[in-house]
Amino acid sequence: MKRHVLHPLWVTIALVVLVLLARMFFVPDDFGVHGRNFTYGFHRLGNIGEWQAFPVKYLGEDSCIECHAEKVQANNGNVHKNIQCENCHGAAVGHPDEVEALAIDESRELCLRCHQQLDYPHSARDTVIAVDGAKHRRRRACSKCHDPHQPAEDEI
Amino acid sequence: MSCSRRDFLKQGLGSTLVSALPLSAFTFLSSAEARAAVANANTKWGFLVDTTKCVGCGFCVEACKTEYEIPRDAAVTRTWVERYVVTKDGETHIDSPDGGIDGFTSNVIGEEEIDPEQVTKAFFVPKLCNQCDNPACVQVCPVGATYQTDDGVVLVDRDWCIGCGYCLMACPYGVRFFHPKYKVADKCNFCYHRIMKGLDPACVQSCAFGARRIANLKDPEDPVTKIITTERVAVLKDEYGTKPNVFYIGLDANVR
Repeated sequence: MKRHVLHPLWVTIALVVLVLLARMFFVPDDFGVHGRNFTYGFHRLGNIGEWQAFPVKYLGEDSCIECHAEKVQANNGNVHKNIQCENCHGAAVGHPDEVEALAIDESRELCLRCHQQLDYPHSARDTVIAVDGAKHRRRRACSKCHDPHQPAEDEI
Repeated sequence: MSCSRRDFLKQGLGSTLVSALPLSAFTFLSSAEARAAVANANTKWGFLVDTTKCVGCGFCVEACKTEYEIPRDAAVTRTWVERYVVTKDGETHIDSPDGGIDGFTSNVIGEEEIDPEQVTKAFFVPKLCNQCDNPACVQVCPVGATYQTDDGVVLVDRDWCIGCGYCLMACPYGVRFFHPKYKVADKCNFCYHRIMKGLDPACVQSCAFGARRIANLKDPEDPVTKIITTERVAVLKDEYGTKPNVFYIGLDANVR
């Protein structure tokens, strides 16, 4: 065969070999078809474990109760019991080792998320006791008069 | 040409071994083997949203953004809450300011103040990734950076994503975005790290009204699965054929 035919052929073969060699080094061993099929399961298997190891930031009431049992139990006797501690006190990750005191959100805006009057008939929002935040004691923090941990039944 | 019986057997055995080698070297795992290696097949994660219970407080959005280190002021979020207000003139007003992260505390929607007297119905609809059975976002990924696990959750491999954005375009529900910190495609994954540890997803845990719940659809005894299978639930955008796994109670025709 003539050189002008052979030459590009060798170059092409060399390129293919090079790509295959590079692929061996750069593609992880666990990359391939896992699970259902190629369309939905073509991935790196190790990533599933990486996601499972992702750090949890909201540890939940079960974590708070380990040290603050009395407080948590006392607060669980009223209508606010369904509100997680961390919703107002902040995510517990790192507490108490790194974060001694959690940043407590005592703003009016926090309470008004549920208690701002919107007049939505037939919506769950209508079942929550509400005030107009723009008119009701505008300059005062809600917790000055209302105890968020022990709200009186008639004012909720 | 002569060939003794011993040579014939030797060469026959040798050539059989050599020809068998490449076949065994290239055997792929069967799907059953792979499934056993990854997760238990007794789990399929689903989600139930009860729109009749949601009050639009936005604690779920707040919790989600914190859990995944998405800056509070970034205009992207893994889950969000939409408000629908239908007025007497037949108009439907929809908004979701910053995904509803600060809750809904005024009657102003867009630029317009809605007179409470004119409201015929109003409700809140939390949204999140539907973890579809046939996820369009996975089909279009050119590098295998997003995939479906055996328990039905669609994950994104942050080390493998090249940021082409095809999946953002493909998702009919618009749940995908680029993570401002990691610069790769991101979306809700039912808090995979939490549910695999037996915890509730961050949004479910933070919801004080029980409007959001996680379910194992393969467990008939799961209380949430019982609701999904026995009560009247709906899914979003059924017509796309993606077979979503987030089910809604009280879904209105205005919700898209």
